[in-house]
Amino acid sequence: MAKGPLVYRQRIMTRLTHWVWAVSLFFLLLTGLQIFNAHPALYLGRQSGFEFDNAVLVLGARQDGDSLRGVTTVLGHEFDTTGLLGASGGEAHGFPGWATIPSYHDLATGRVIHFFFAWTLSLTLLAWFVSSLLNGHIRELIPTPSDLRALPGDVLNHARLRFHHGHRYNVLQKLAYAGVLFVLLPLMILTGLSMSPSFNAAAPWLLDVWGGRQTARTIHFAVMALLVLFFLVHVLMILLAGPLNELRSILTGWYRIDPEGDSHAR
Amino acid sequence: MPADLSRRLVLTGLLATPALLSGCKVFDRLPPDGATRNLFEGANELTHATQKLVARDALAPEFTRADIRQGMRPNGVTNPADADYRALAANAWADWRLTVTGAVEKPLSLSLPDLMAMPSRTQITRHDCVEGWSCIAEWTGVQLSRVLAEAKLRPEARYVYFRSMDTIERGLSGGIKYWESHDLRDALHPQTILAYGMNGGPLPVRNGAPLRLRVERQLGYKMAKYLAGIEVVPALADKGGYWEERGYDWYGGI
Repeated sequence: MAKGPLVYRQRIMTRLTHWVWAVSLFFLLLTGLQIFNAHPALYLGRQSGFEFDNAVLVLGARQDGDSLRGVTTVLGHEFDTTGLLGASGGEAHGFPGWATIPSYHDLATGRVIHFFFAWTLSLTLLAWFVSSLLNGHIRELIPTPSDLRALPGDVLNHARLRFHHGHRYNVLQKLAYAGVLFVLLPLMILTGLSMSPSFNAAAPWLLDVWGGRQTARTIHFAVMALLVLFFLVHVLMILLAGPLNELRSILTGWYRIDPEGDSHAR
Repeated sequence: MPADLSRRLVLTGLLATPALLSGCKVFDRLPPDGATRNLFEGANELTHATQKLVARDALAPEFTRADIRQGMRPNGVTNPADADYRALAANAWADWRLTVTGAVEKPLSLSLPDLMAMPSRTQITRHDCVEGWSCIAEWTGVQLSRVLAEAKLRPEARYVYFRSMDTIERGLSGGIKYWESHDLRDALHPQTILAYGMNGGPLPVRNGAPLRLRVERQLGYKMAKYLAGIEVVPALADKGGYWEERGYDWYGGI
């Protein structure tokens, strides 16, 4: 198969912020699970129901003879999740040690690292927004009408693992990246801020947008799960579409496109 | 790229993910006073400065009686075993006094009736524990700003220490009693009260009887229970509190 030309596809700002976000999200996820483990339950509303039930998820542990069982309760339905959620390694904790930083219970350290990377993520996201508005990169992420017409075909091609390597992002890439950058990450930052009692004093109206601090915490957790899902699909797509080419483009900016060019993506 | 090579890379990637994650013990070595820890903790200063800037003197959200749906969940020490505390409780706090000392013109020693005779403030607020849970309750007490005004702050006054009667930890060198501290920005905030009442009744022992601090724009650990003394100082002499000495941020606003 003939090789297509190398094109300069990723600007330095895109590449730099990509890696800052990758590192930040890694630490935010694992310290976030550490923080969650301090009270491994999620609720809807303003407060946590101790004498009434507004829980949507509880990762609990129950003594069963000699062994400790992990019990995950989702909207009142119980599941045995011993070894993964609720109890693992004979100890009661929401998420297992391998999924948290530090690996043992240390809420204070988890918080320090979480807030540090919350800053690196927020500030680089802001810098990226400003520079992308100025250099037009934002427009490259917003699907055009012709993109949307190509959507069914693009879905079909991805499902058949047939990847086109064009000069521009295909419509599924645009939707995924725009969804993360314009919806999920801003949601993460805003729901995170809504858990701060001092920020609540500054912007009490934001609590009403979510329906209370505990709902904000639940949304924060749900968006985390969506970001993990994005990460898994993102890595899978890279591996399937040609990991060396994809890695070169996000490290050096240079990307080898298909010989027939990018008629499809245009 | 040949299809079989791609497939092999996918499989390797999927298998490597848990191995990568279980490597997180790599990040366990973060000594309390190491350079990395200091770098990370530097972000706390930025967080604190930002909160001061955006929240200014704003009030924490207040709620209605309909939002009080349960008893106030207690945390930390819920029944002090200290002999002096038990003796004071047995005598219905008749011998208990709150001392106000340090950088003040007029040191005070106030009884519970003294505090109750001062103008009171009642507020229904949400208590947020650092662990992540929240609970709404009604608090009644005297604004700390009124007590500090009566004691008359000296010009060098910058911080206020809150000394508790409960022993939170027993070590080799004896017991450690709970303590906390705030700057004047939060000490003089209108919602910062010394609470003696909760949900329409007297403050229960598990929630800090006879007197506890409420600082509504910060997390639960900043609100010392079982108060015995208030000390006004020009500068903090330590990390500012029991949990702060154990790695928690001094400004508990997030």
